Amino acid sequence: MPITNAISIEIPRISILDEKGNFDEKLGKGLIPDADLLKLYEAMSSCRHLDEVAFRLQRSGRMGTYPQNMGQEATSLGAAYVLNNDDWLVTCYRENCGLFWRGVPMESILLHWMGDERGNAMPRPHFATPIAVPIGTQMLHATGLAWAAKYRGEKRISCTFFGDGATSEGDFHEAANFAANLDIPVVFCCQNNFWAISVPGKIQCSAPTVAQRGIAYGMPCMQVDGNDIFACVYAVKKATERARAEGKPSFIEFVTYRLGDHTTADDARRYRDQAEVDAWKAKDPLIRIRMLIEKRKLWDDAKQEAMMARIEKDIAAAIERAEHIEAPPRSDVFDYTFEELPADLRTQRETFETTSLGQERASNPASA
Amino acid sequence: MSTMMSTSPESPAGGLREIEFRDAIREAMSQEMRRDPRVFLLGEEVAQYNGAYKVSRGMLDEFGPRRIIDTPISESGFAGMAIGAAMMGLRPIVEFMSWSFSLVAADPILNNAPKMLYMSGGQFGCPIVFRGNNGAGGQLGSTHSWCVEGLYSNVPGVKIVIPATPEDAKGLMTTAIRDDDPVFFLESERMLGMKGHVPEGDHLVPFGQARLARSGDDITLVSFGRPVHFCLEAADALAKEGISCEVLDMRTIRPLDVGSIVRSVRRTSACVVVDQSWSFASPGSEVASIVHRECFDDLDNYVHRVHSVDVPTPYATNLEQEYLPNARRICEAVRACLYRA
Ligand SMILES: Cc1ncc(C[n+]2csc(CCOP(=O)(O)OP(=O)(O)O)c2C)c(N)n1
Ligand SMILES: [Mg+2]
Repeated sequence: MPITNAISIEIPRISILDEKGNFDEKLGKGLIPDADLLKLYEAMSSCRHLDEVAFRLQRSGRMGTYPQNMGQEATSLGAAYVLNNDDWLVTCYRENCGLFWRGVPMESILLHWMGDERGNAMPRPHFATPIAVPIGTQMLHATGLAWAAKYRGEKRISCTFFGDGATSEGDFHEAANFAANLDIPVVFCCQNNFWAISVPGKIQCSAPTVAQRGIAYGMPCMQVDGNDIFACVYAVKKATERARAEGKPSFIEFVTYRLGDHTTADDARRYRDQAEVDAWKAKDPLIRIRMLIEKRKLWDDAKQEAMMARIEKDIAAAIERAEHIEAPPRSDVFDYTFEELPADLRTQRETFETTSLGQERASNPASA
Repeated sequence: MSTMMSTSPESPAGGLREIEFRDAIREAMSQEMRRDPRVFLLGEEVAQYNGAYKVSRGMLDEFGPRRIIDTPISESGFAGMAIGAAMMGLRPIVEFMSWSFSLVAADPILNNAPKMLYMSGGQFGCPIVFRGNNGAGGQLGSTHSWCVEGLYSNVPGVKIVIPATPEDAKGLMTTAIRDDDPVFFLESERMLGMKGHVPEGDHLVPFGQARLARSGDDITLVSFGRPVHFCLEAADALAKEGISCEVLDMRTIRPLDVGSIVRSVRRTSACVVVDQSWSFASPGSEVASIVHRECFDDLDNYVHRVHSVDVPTPYATNLEQEYLPNARRICEAVRACLYRA
């Protein structure tokens, strides 16, 4: 018997607005109306400015470690733009732009990175989960959320974001396998920014595309120019349509780049070439939108200036609110440990300042 | 019977050279790697980046990528692989960027490594050192602030090491690498910059031998890891009130130097255990139970304990400080235990 080919695989690569401002009229037609495009541009500019301000706040000791999103704004924004407001958006820490689009207040994110748990209590109803810092955990939660929606007969789907590095965790593989085999409507969105702190993509994935990882589990996959808001919207649209119509998952690899350090605790110059960073600066998702809207006569310097003034004012106000919130009361930690506080913890809450804390005398209800 | 070692600042046992805690750990690892070709280091960011907390600084340059290995973000993967390598006779050192992430690798580190020798009828040992940053205090939020000694010391088959000084960090790490069983080595990010006298050559500190961190007559404070320093701080404050505290730094939780605790408590007749893990079924409760049994007739009061509060580690700085066993809370426990409250 001759050896035949068991399977050939094709992974579509999607790009609509390229870095030179060229626009694919056919693919991009009707995807984002001009009025919305301007709003998306403002959202991305605002997120970018927040990053710059947050960096300065951290350097001057007014904020804890902060992960900048710079360069990756289009991915989560594209998803948030497509998703319904009652779909779940289950993120890690580089999806600020999408969260803000859905109405999560900037001060929540600021508060979180200033070291205040209350920043994670996303005001409802935003269908967003606490920022997941243990790498990978959120993908399974997203799958469970979508599974529960299916169980309850709701149309809601979930969309989860994670990095290229996160695809090395078992959580990813288990979530993908589960969603594909049990027909769960999840959109898996990998932000491939080529680095996991100092570790290059090659150490996380030796296949030529990360997208192939989805193929392995039997999901349709796309590789998308993650710095192109149109391509992001296009891909998420395709994936959500499949999720809604067939109740099935998809995998999207967004090819993008973090223009900043991993977090403010990192100095990426130690492991990345400046030439690489410069090449990606030219592919900045913001620059190409500006080219397009100028070409379409929707934008000029005066509008840009007015927009920046608005953004600066809003962000200054958000910082003001985040910095001037009262310190959390001591009872806070107890109030959210259980739905209903057990007797021994009630004692601890009341005796927080006493030596009985965590000791037999106080935690023994018999002596209370 | 073990004997306690004591060090005094005037005649540092470690010699005159002062280095940081992180350098002491590295020196032990590097010296052992030069000595024993079976030893290698693997983990996230350990090679190119010199370790997330710079503990492995320069090791890639010296030992090359064959022995200093950057892994994918797969804690379960590299912990499990290290077990296979150890079964082949190698001696892996596995760095968890944080012990909090070791929870992802619970099956290999708790269910496989400590049982391999047992299950193979003595054929496959697991001489692995699992090490990394442990404990709260850096405002890292509840998922990144685990004190795993509470959870892991319950498991048979592992040794748990938790140094409080740079000198011990080197001595205990050397012993850990030479040990034939799995060792969990708990470092604190908050202490990595701490300086101390550390001997330059071979330096071994045996497991199960406490260090007398301060001698005193009125009460024995038993602690391990970072809280030892809170105990010393409390002891200074209490000295001004005329209370003389003895402070024992246990160095290892498993094995535990019961003899040193018992001898001290029989003399002072009072004991406070200071343990940064949660109180329920903890190393602290174990110590209290032992002291109650061994020193029942000597005690003037029951053993008091200071732990972290029984809630997930708070993120906000004011709450996190209160949550941890700090000097103020230790002082209050000591006064209460001595009926001076
Ligand atoms: C379980 C776990 N392991 C390790 C870490 C430490 N860590 C934080 S971010 C990161 C890199 C993540 O890379 P990637 O998934 O590519 O996301 P990116 O930061 O590039 O957006 C690592 C290793 C963690 N937070 N959780
Ligand atoms: Mg990445």
